[in-house]
Amino acid sequence: MTAHAAFVPARLARLAGVEARLFLREPVAVFFAVLLPAALLLVLGFSIPGFRDPDPALGGQRVVDVQLPGMMVLLSVVTLALSTLPTALVVYRERGVLRRMSTTPVRPSALLGAQLVVNAVVAAAATALTLALGHVLLGTPFPRAPLGFAAVFTLGCLAMFAIGLCLAAVSPNSRVVQGAGAAVMFPLLFLAGMWLPRPLMPEVLRRISDVTPTGAFGQGLLDALDGHGLQPLHLAVLAGWAAAAGLGAARLFRWE
Amino acid sequence: MPGLQPHSGRAARFLPSWSMAIITVDHLRRTYGARVAVEDVSFSVEEGEIFGIVGRNGAGKTTTVECVAGLRTPTSGRIEVDADLKEQVGVQLQDCSLPDKIRVGEALSLYASFYSRPADWRDLLGEAGLDPRTPFAKLSGGQRQRLSVALALVGDPRIAILDELTTGLDPQARRETWDLVARIRDRGVTVVLVTHFMDEVERLCDRVAVIAEGRVLAVDTPAGLIDRAGGGRRLTFRTDGPVEALRALPEVASVTTEGDTVVVTGTGDLLGAVLAVLPASRLSDLAVQRTTLDDAFLTLTGAHAAV
Repeated sequence: MTAHAAFVPARLARLAGVEARLFLREPVAVFFAVLLPAALLLVLGFSIPGFRDPDPALGGQRVVDVQLPGMMVLLSVVTLALSTLPTALVVYRERGVLRRMSTTPVRPSALLGAQLVVNAVVAAAATALTLALGHVLLGTPFPRAPLGFAAVFTLGCLAMFAIGLCLAAVSPNSRVVQGAGAAVMFPLLFLAGMWLPRPLMPEVLRRISDVTPTGAFGQGLLDALDGHGLQPLHLAVLAGWAAAAGLGAARLFRWE
Repeated sequence: MPGLQPHSGRAARFLPSWSMAIITVDHLRRTYGARVAVEDVSFSVEEGEIFGIVGRNGAGKTTTVECVAGLRTPTSGRIEVDADLKEQVGVQLQDCSLPDKIRVGEALSLYASFYSRPADWRDLLGEAGLDPRTPFAKLSGGQRQRLSVALALVGDPRIAILDELTTGLDPQARRETWDLVARIRDRGVTVVLVTHFMDEVERLCDRVAVIAEGRVLAVDTPAGLIDRAGGGRRLTFRTDGPVEALRALPEVASVTTEGDTVVVTGTGDLLGAVLAVLPASRLSDLAVQRTTLDDAFLTLTGAHAAV
C-alpha cells in the first residue's frame, strides 16, 4: 500500500478538479452560495434607505461597512456547509457513487475530502467576491484585521462544514438532508444576527448566540472586519463546535 | 456446520483436475442480524472463464459476490482470490450510478486515474460505443450499463464481477452488452456474472453455480445443467392420429396436450420413434426443441423449494 500512497495527493487533486467542474455545472448551487450573498449586499446596500448612513446603534458605522458584508460572508459559508455539501454527499451515498468508489483503489473518503476542498474554495471565492464588490461599489472597507479575519473564517468554515457532515451522516436520504439543513439553517442564521443584529438582541438571546456556531462565527467576522480584537470566547466556541461535530461526523458517517 | 459438506463436495467434483482456480469460495456464510443471506456457498472459478451465478431474487447471489469483492465480510467461511482486490478486481454493482452532470469521458478518465496501471480508457469508450461528451443523466439504460462495465474494466483487471448487468434493458441493448462481456473474456479476463436470465447464461457462461435460499444446488456447464434436469427433447405438433399409442414407446417420457397441440418429451431418437407410429402426413406444425436451460433451472430450484 505504500507504493500507492505517493499517488494519493495527485488522485485527490484530480478528484477535486472533477468535483469543482460538477459544482460549476449546478446553476442553483452557484447562485445561492456565490451570487446571492454578493447580490444581496449590493441590492440591500443600495435600496434600503439608512444602510449607507452612519448608525449610532453600530457605533457610528454604516450598515454596509461591517454588519451587512459580515452577514453575507456568513450566509455563503452556512449555505455551502448546511445545504450544498451535505446534499451532495447524501446524493452520492444514495445513488451508490460512494459504494462504487469503494471497489476501486481510492477510498470513498477521498470523495468526501474533495467535496470539502471544493466547498471551502467556493466559500473563499464567494467571500472575496462579496468583499471586492462591496469595496468597489459601496466603499465597504476590506477587513481591518486581515489575519484575524482569515483565522475566524477558517475556524468558522471548519465548524460549519463539520456540522454539515453530521447532517449528512444522520440523514437517510437526500430529501431528509435538505429539510434538516433548512430546519437548522434558519434558527442559526437568526442567532447569528442576520435579521436582528446582535447588539439589538436581548441580553439572554445574545448569551445564547455567543455559544452557537453561527453566533460566534458572525461576531468573529464582524470584529475582524471592524478591526476590533477577536473575542477568545468566540474562537473557543468555534473550535469546540469544529471538534465535537467533526468527531460526531467521523463516528456516524456511513458510506452506503 | 459440518453437516453441510456435500455442497462443497459437489462443487469440487465438477472442477477439472487441470484447473487454475482464481477464486475459491469455501463454506461462505453471511447473516444480517437474524436474517441469513447466504447459508453455505462453495465454488471455484477458473482463470479465463465466464462463471455464472444464477438464482431467484433474494437467493444470496449479490451477497456472495460482494463478499468475493471484499465489500462485505463473511460471517464464516473462507474466500481466496488470487488477485489484488482493489487493483485487479473490477466490480459492476447493482444500483450504482454516477453524478448526473459528469460526462462519460470525465468519468472514465477519472476512474482510470485511480489505478496504478489502468487500461486505455479511450479504447474502452470505443468498445462500449459511447460518446465521451454525453452527461451521465442523458445516457439510456443500456448506455449506463455499458459505461458501468467499462468502469469495471478501466483498471485493466484480471477479474471482472458483473451483477445483474442486463436487468431492465431492451433486447437490442442486452445483445450489445453481451457482446461487450464476450469481448472481455476474449481478452483473458475472468468474468463472474450474476444473473437471473437463463438466455444470458446459455449465451455467455462456461460454467454456472445455481443458488437457492443461500445454498449451492449445482455447479455445472449450461449443457450439464440441462442433462441433470432430464435433458432430452421436446416435440410439439398437431395431429388427428392416435396419440395414446405414443405412451408405450421407450423414447417417450411424457405426452400432454395443450389445446389441440400435442407435447411429447423424451430422450434418444424421439422424432424417429414418433414418426414410426404417426406418419408425417398426419402431422402438422411439427417442432423439435431441446429442453431449455429455463426448464432445467425451474426443475432444479423447484425441487429445492418443495423440500
